[in-house]
Amino acid sequence: MRTPLYDAHLAAGGRIVDFSGWELPVQYSGILDEHRTVREAVGVFDISHMGEFFVSGPGCTAWLDSLLTNNLGGLAIGHSQYSLLLNERGGIIDDLIIYRLEEEKFLIIGNASMIAEDEAWMSGRIVGGVALKNASAEFAALAIQGPLAGQIFEKLFASKMPGERNRIQQIGDGFVVTTGYTGEVGFEWVVPAAGAAAAWQQVLEAGAKPCGLGARDTLRLEVCYPLNGSDLSPDHTPLEAGLGFFVDLNKPDFVGKSALVAQKAAGIPRRLSALRVTEKAPPIRPHYPVWLNGQPVTETTSGALSPSLGDGIALAYLPAEFAKPGQEVEIEVRGKRFRACVHKKPLYQKKS
Amino acid sequence: MNENLRYSETHEWILIEGDTGTVGISDHAQAELTDIVFAEPPPIGKTFRAGEVAAVVESVKAASDIYTPVSGEIVERNAALEDNPALLNTDPCGAGWIFKIRLSNPSELDALKDSAAYKAQIGE
Repeated sequence: MRTPLYDAHLAAGGRIVDFSGWELPVQYSGILDEHRTVREAVGVFDISHMGEFFVSGPGCTAWLDSLLTNNLGGLAIGHSQYSLLLNERGGIIDDLIIYRLEEEKFLIIGNASMIAEDEAWMSGRIVGGVALKNASAEFAALAIQGPLAGQIFEKLFASKMPGERNRIQQIGDGFVVTTGYTGEVGFEWVVPAAGAAAAWQQVLEAGAKPCGLGARDTLRLEVCYPLNGSDLSPDHTPLEAGLGFFVDLNKPDFVGKSALVAQKAAGIPRRLSALRVTEKAPPIRPHYPVWLNGQPVTETTSGALSPSLGDGIALAYLPAEFAKPGQEVEIEVRGKRFRACVHKKPLYQKKS
Repeated sequence: MNENLRYSETHEWILIEGDTGTVGISDHAQAELTDIVFAEPPPIGKTFRAGEVAAVVESVKAASDIYTPVSGEIVERNAALEDNPALLNTDPCGAGWIFKIRLSNPSELDALKDSAAYKAQIGE
């Protein structure tokens, strides 16, 4: 599949790879350069592959609250929150952001690889009066991220970028939201697919540099944002993934709640931990064995050479008793083990 | 492109001086690999047969095996790459060389490409 910006990516020198069935650029000028651009200036990513759903109708708030882990009760109109869709076992189907457009109207943005599954899961549990619309094909989206994102915002919309994160406003026939996946300030611009190429051009002319999936992955990993399909899966609960903040166990009920309550009572067996290599080592990649006290105990779920830190970094599910900052582990690369340490999340924090 | 270099199908170059060959990756290969952030040249004294994996270079995105184009014994390794792997990008056919190998079977050179044949392979 291709986003409406496929030709624009080729024109900008994008190197196209397959990502969950989508032909998207992994890089343009180079991952290191694009990573630095987002940390120090401003970059733009095509995120049109992501899924957009609209949910509306009387009772839709209560219905969503019965499916999602976070609590919509306190979410004001124009605000958004991170939330999770779980299976009955408490395992993660998808992580998504839900934006409140009206009292009983929401926009949900989920992962590209999960659009069909999210839709099937939600529509299979729909109740009378609630409308669920998969608008993924109708919308494109751009993520404008970096310390200079506010300048782009002002050039595009002749107004100041909201200072708070997790805000949504309708502009024209699109939406502008102050969310992102890089650990930098910025916004995402959800536009009708037909307007995507023009929007992309406007953002480039305003001074943002095109950035690909490669930098998106190193940026998010440095700030320990999990990636569904790698760090999150139906076999892990949000409590294991360190996402308990986005789970309200005081809600009357939601799919997966009883499994989470039981897991919490029994003790959380493993925790998604941030690792940083402490000696000279090759870049860390997903599925590298992780050793504890001379035994292989798990594998990395994500891994990279951190462009900002200069060291290998990774995420891995460690047995809970070892998932503590300062714990020493080893990561195996091509048969050789390299020392690493459990680190407090995030691995990278901007000096302010 | 250096006319004295010989190339393998898998984008390594070799420069012969006496009984020893210096091996690296082509400019085309470094451009395809993009930002190289790690290199592991082989240990001195190790022997390889032509086509075996002798080194690894890694970009931010992927690890790539480097095959020796000829059989022989490693007599020198470019330790500078360990601190500065970007030399593979900036000067792949010079300061970014990876290892020197003493050839055990010089006739293997006949199977390698000259620069014109390699250019044709990569479509230049």
